[in-house]
This record gives sequence, structure tokens and C-alpha cells, in this order.
Amino acid sequence: MSLIENVSRRRFLGGALATGVFVLGARVVSRHFWTDSAQAAGVFQPDLFLSIADDGTVTVVAARSEMGCGSRTALPLVVADELDADWSKVKLDQAVGDPKYGDQDTDGSHSVRSFFDQMRQIGATGRVMLITAAAAQWSVSAKDCTTEPHFVVHRASGRKLGYGELASAAAKLPVPKKEEVALKPRSEWRYIGKEGNALFDLPDIVTGKAIFGMDATMPGMVYASVEHPPVLGQKIKSYDDKAALKVAGVTKTVAIETFKPPHAFQPLGGVAVIADNTWAALQGRKALKIDWDSSPHSVYNSAEYRKTLEATSRQPGKVARNVGDVDAAFAKGGKIVEAEYYTPHLAHASMEPPVAVVDYRDGKVLVWAPTQNPQAVQETLASVLGIKKEDVNCHVTLLGGGFGRKSKPDQVAEAAVLSKQLGKPVKVVWTREDDIRCDYFHSVAAMYMKAAIGADGKPTAWLQRTVYPPINSTFDPAAKYADDEMGLGWNNLPFDIPNHRAENGPADFHVRIGWLRSVANVYHAFAIHCFADELAKAANKDPVQYLLDLIGPARIIDLEQKGDEAEEAKTYPLDTARLRHVVGIAAEKSGWGKRPMGKGRGLGIAAHRSFLTYVATVVEVEVDNKGQVHIPNVWTAVDAGTVVAPDNVRNQFEGAASFGASLALFGEITATNGVIDQNNFHNYPIARMNRAPRHTEVHIVESEAPPAGVGEPGLPPVAPALCNAIFAATGKRVRELPLSKTRL
Amino acid sequence: MIRFKVNGKDRSFDGDPEMPLLWYLRDVAGLTGTKYGCGMSLCGACTVHQNGEAIRSCTTAMKEVSGAEITTIEGIAPLHPVQKAWMEIKVPQCGYCQTGQIMQAIALLKENKKPSDEDIDTAMSGNLCRCGTYQRIRAAIHQAAKETA
Repeated sequence: MSLIENVSRRRFLGGALATGVFVLGARVVSRHFWTDSAQAAGVFQPDLFLSIADDGTVTVVAARSEMGCGSRTALPLVVADELDADWSKVKLDQAVGDPKYGDQDTDGSHSVRSFFDQMRQIGATGRVMLITAAAAQWSVSAKDCTTEPHFVVHRASGRKLGYGELASAAAKLPVPKKEEVALKPRSEWRYIGKEGNALFDLPDIVTGKAIFGMDATMPGMVYASVEHPPVLGQKIKSYDDKAALKVAGVTKTVAIETFKPPHAFQPLGGVAVIADNTWAALQGRKALKIDWDSSPHSVYNSAEYRKTLEATSRQPGKVARNVGDVDAAFAKGGKIVEAEYYTPHLAHASMEPPVAVVDYRDGKVLVWAPTQNPQAVQETLASVLGIKKEDVNCHVTLLGGGFGRKSKPDQVAEAAVLSKQLGKPVKVVWTREDDIRCDYFHSVAAMYMKAAIGADGKPTAWLQRTVYPPINSTFDPAAKYADDEMGLGWNNLPFDIPNHRAENGPADFHVRIGWLRSVANVYHAFAIHCFADELAKAANKDPVQYLLDLIGPARIIDLEQKGDEAEEAKTYPLDTARLRHVVGIAAEKSGWGKRPMGKGRGLGIAAHRSFLTYVATVVEVEVDNKGQVHIPNVWTAVDAGTVVAPDNVRNQFEGAASFGASLALFGEITATNGVIDQNNFHNYPIARMNRAPRHTEVHIVESEAPPAGVGEPGLPPVAPALCNAIFAATGKRVRELPLSKTRL
Repeated sequence: MIRFKVNGKDRSFDGDPEMPLLWYLRDVAGLTGTKYGCGMSLCGACTVHQNGEAIRSCTTAMKEVSGAEITTIEGIAPLHPVQKAWMEIKVPQCGYCQTGQIMQAIALLKENKKPSDEDIDTAMSGNLCRCGTYQRIRAAIHQAAKETA
């Protein structure tokens, strides 16, 4: 729902929209920000703008961050379609952080699904007003007029007026009521769902003109590089900067206080070296001598920690979902199958490490940063600096990858603290080493699975337990259970099993834990789908047929959800028909059961719904005689409902196959005495062209269902499908990641 | 004083001769199309051309570029067939690594007018893309090869 207002004559308009003659504002009402009191007070806070200048230039505010998923392009494309604008005449104005835009946290694969309807509405409203303006000029009925890109056309006479020519007349009109604004029928969409759509920033990207956070500058800024505590929570006892200050270009060092728990998005602490270029700051850092205090987290050793997680996973945990009576069913017997799965921490390793430029001046802050969440920047800086969040003006650059890392603005807070102390703009640049050693890591996880198989091969009971340090530990050091994360592939198993229980055991954190693309879905799908394949073998069934049997007949599964999830389930019910459909497509496209498999070759499948999108993936592997795994082919079928930019969606799922190959083949972060063992791409490899899947085929299901996520849901099925393929190829089960831990 | 050329223009530098070319380009010359990714020649985001050959500017010290002709992405003009192919195939996602990928691909096509898949894999495996656009990169290089042939 949007409240749209004609704000053409308002004086507060600035930036790119100031040139607009005809300007529409809208209050984007998202459920997270909607309050009855704001509605009752009748306060109109225009937060989304569409403007048309008299030269016809259309400017649309992009309020979501762009990290490669395409939302900065997709949402304005929807506005342009309903406005019937010529896309080549559309410019984007990236919004600063401000709660008036609604939720700007570009995570959870929800940009399009949360804002699709509002974008259509504002575009369509603009179109109606332009038609009304033209009809008045021609003294004809608006009903006799239509549009073609950037023109209103009078059908009978063929007369035309350009949007630019009509802008000032439209600016004087009242905004039509929602009922008076007809949205285009799907058949008339010019951009939504069409192949031609390309990223708005594509020309700038290929010519090197695109400005990422790493490229932002401010006049008079200095460069800073921070030596962080090796172990989370360590404080500086003392430090010696004599040698550092002798490095040419280094001007100063500044100690940054270690956070007080919870760490949240506060600076880690450490010593910043200030210099007049990045290289000098890095050299100065190498010359620092720092004596660190102790930290309770220096007990963190990954090998021992794993044993603790696994021991917990063998004990009863907190029940996340219960169907029937698992214990009674196990007591009745049947063939019992048990398996344990383990996945390590992962680092995001976006190609652009964290970076920010901040200028603190008289209690007000100007920020340029590659952030997924400019409002979190406002809140964090307000809290760290003791100022009002309205006084934090956060500009969002393009992000050189995000994957969840850049929704945590700790590096922006570092730059802010330094700028306040130095009285000038500061650019904080994290090295790759900082990025990998000081990440908000994807959780390490241990999962225990047990099932009883009946005479027909189907499970009569299925128990699953997951244990991992929760993301909530970042905000509450006492948090041990992942209550808020059970919806990420754990309390919503879409299988037709009469007795099922999902549990979660407690775990302590010792590093910062955070969201990484698809979050807990990654290890949950790994355990569930590797286990499903093990059961298929135990039942002596074909894995695809067995998976379809597990999913069972086409139906809507009621997960008995509450609150926001229940609301969401009304629009996005868990529909097993859609899951079955993508399984069928992926299997068919891969030639499942027909494809000739030589020695060391095999196919594996997994299907997982996350971020409301149904995905099935078949991976083909070739294991060579040295035990090295190659991935010649991946076939993915996607039902993401209505899709705005199909080619970009394919790109997301191709990328997910590669991201999945990275984590399955190599991804592992470990700690020794609290210190992270990996620090750059030589010991934390990501898939290169010669190891990534050679060919990934993405099939998008044509659908008129509401749009669902596309940035994340491609990832969860990749690792289990890959490991199931390895079993098919070699007869060896992989129950832990990365693959390098298993001798093939 | 180190004298060299960047994108055809004469330049000189009298700072730390150990400073990597990357940081000179970005912080001193303001040519930010060349990216920092690892600082260890592991990712290729910083790829530029030295006398026409692809090098990693993050591990090339300023003293090594004395007398050299450096070309960065900003110096590729008019639009190269590789850049056109990148746009037609819509390779990028986030785009951060792509200037390095493009510089590497241009150097490859200069050496090898019609690279096979294997040639491309060998030449491009030093360039990481966390978004995972490799399949499109390979396709774009084949397409650019056709156009330059």
C-alpha cells in the first residue's frame, strides 16, 4: 500500500529530484515500520520519489543498496514499466539512509518482494496523471488516451505529447485515488519479466567509472588502517608506535577502544595508523608493537569446539517443530538410519573488503560507505558517537559484493570514531587479512539426523537436531539458542512424514557471528538433503523418486506459524506442488536416469525452499583418479514467482552454483587459541574459473505468483547436491565440509 | 624520481619506490577503476597492463615501472570489443572484480586471437569473482574473439 502525494511544489526537494517539474512522493508502508499512531496522526512523510523534468528525464529514487543482486535496477524498472517510461530516459538517485524509506536493509532477498506493489502503484499513478494532463490539453476524454514509452497518445487523432512537455501540467493535478489507478495487465508489461533488462550501472562497471565504497573520497581526507585485536574482545595493554611514525607518510596513530559487550556493530578496537595514503598506513601498521590483554575467547580452538557441538547434538534439544510422536515411532522399530553432519565457519570475502569514508563535524556526520543497511549506519554511529541518528547523513555507494557482511557497519563506526578524534575526514580501508580474520562469520554447525524407514522405504519417523552459535550472540552474549533462525530451513521441512521433530541445541560463541548469503539454510539444507540421499540408498530407491516421495502429494503445508511469518504465509503458502515441479524440471533437464555416466561421474540432487523461492539443483561431478572433484554441469530450476529481470535472476543462480562450489570444495575458517587461522585467498580459497562449475543451466518457472527472493535461495541446494553426486560417482559419503576433509 | 607513462600521459613519482603501483594509481593518480582485492597477487582485481602485458599492480613496486607504459581500464578507449561483449552478455553482478577481469581478457586476446576454453581457464584463473560470473566471462571472451578476428 502506498500513500502517494504530488509534491512538485515542495521546497524541501534536493539532489537529483530538484530538476524535476512533476514530482510524486509516496509513503512506503512496510509492515516493519507501520505504526497505527503514525497513520492516525496523518503525518505525510514522502519517502519515495519519482520526478519528471521538462526535458523528459525521469528520476527514480533507489532506496535499496546494490551489491550485485540487481535490486537498484529492478525496482526502478518496475516504476518505469507502470509509468510507461522509456528506460533510456530514466536516471537513478541512490537514497541516503532514512527510516522514511521504510526498511532499507538490503538482506533477506526481499527487495523486490517487499516493494514490488508500491513501485507499480507509484509508476501507474504518474501515468494516469500524465494522461489526465494531456487529455485536458486536447479537451478530450482521458479514456480515449493511452501511452507509448514517454508519450501520451490520443487514440483517435494520433496526437502525441511527450512526458517532459506534460510535466508542468501534471504537477498541478491532484493525485488520483488508488481505485482510479489501473495497473497494467501483465500482457502489457514492457520491462517486467523481459530479457533485455541490464543492470543500470553496467556501462560504468565495464569502463571502471562505477564508484564503489573503496573509490569514495572526501576533500582533505586521511587514510587509516587498523590493527585489530587478534582475539575477539582483547584490549590494548600498551603499544609502541615509534617505528610506525617513522614510516614516510604516516602522521599519527590512534588507539580505538575495544567494544563493551555486546559487540553488535561497534568497532573491534585496536590501533589505527593514520597516513596520507593507504600504502603508508599499511606499512606503519606493520611497524606497530602492541601488547594485548587477555580475552575469554582465547580458549577457542576449532577442533575441540567441534567435539562440544557434536556432543550437544547427540543430546535432546529445544523443540523447534513437532509433528506426531517421533519417540513412539522409533520404539516401533523399522530400519534405523543415523548420520552426523558438520560444516565449519565461513568468511564472506566479498571482493571489496570493508571500507568507509566519514567526516565528523560539530556533532554531524557525513558518510560514504558500501553498506547494505544505511539505517544501521545511522543507528550505530549515533550510539557510538553519542549523537542523534538524524545527524548521520549516510550515502550509499555501490557495494563490491556484500553477502550479508556489509549489513554490519563496524568499519564505518571505526572511521567515525577516528574522524571525531582527528577533526578531519577519514577513510578506513580494511585489508583482505582484516576482512577474513575479523569477519562476522557464518556459523560453524553440527547436525544429528535419525530416521526409521518402513517397509515401503518411506520414513515413519525423522528426527533432526542442529547446534551452532546463533547470530543473536552478536547482540546478546547470553544467547545460546538460534530461536530466530529456525525458519531458515529447520522448522519447515516440507516432507510428508507422520512423525517429525526438529530440535536446536545450545552453543557458545567465540567469534562474531553474522548473516552470510542464505544463512542457516546453507548447513540445514546440507544435512537434510545429504540425509535424504542416505535414506534413498537405505531404501534402495532412486534419489529423485525418493525425494518426490518424501515431499509427498501436492498440498499446502500449514506450519502453524505466528506473527510476521503467519502473515507472510498468507501470500506465500508453502506449496509442495511448486517444490515437486522444480524437482521434476531439474531432473529432466539433467537427463536424470538417462545421462551416460562414465567412471568417476555421478549426479546428485537437492531441493530447498528459502526466501520463499523453490529451487531444485542437480550437480554433475567428475572425481579424477587423484580424488579431485570437478563440476562439469549444474542444472537449477527456480520458481521465484513473478520475476522482474530474468537474465539477472539466471546470473544470480549461476553465481550461487559457484559460491556453493567454493564453500563445498574449500570453505573453512578455523581458530587456534581464539585467533583465526586463515587470512587471504591462499588459505581461504574461493573457486576460480578452473574449479567453479563449468556450465550452469538455470530454468525459471513461468509464474504469476507474487515475487520471491533470488539473491540467496540458489545457494542451499548446491553443496548437498554436490555431495550426493560424489556418492553416486564414488560410493563415498561426505558428511562434513569442505570436501578436502574427506579422502575420495 | 621515477618516470613512466599512464594511459599515454607522462608521469613522475618521487615517493616510496616500494609503494605498489596499485596505491599510486588509486590514491595518488585518482584512477580508481583498478581495484584492491588481496595485496598478494591472488585475486587479479588490480590487473593493469605494463607495456601491453597484464600485471598485478598490487605487487608491482613503483621502482619496477620506471620507463614503462602503464594502461589502466580508464585508458581503454574507445570501448574495446571485450567491454562490448561484457555488456552484451551482461557479465557483471557487483562489478568490483570486472575491470581486472577485462584487463586480463584484453591481454589474453592480444596474445591468442582464438582461445579455447582451456586457454581461457588458464589465462583467467588468477582473477577471482566472488559473485561467480565465470561462465559469462568465458562466453564474453569467446564472443570478443569472434569480433576481433
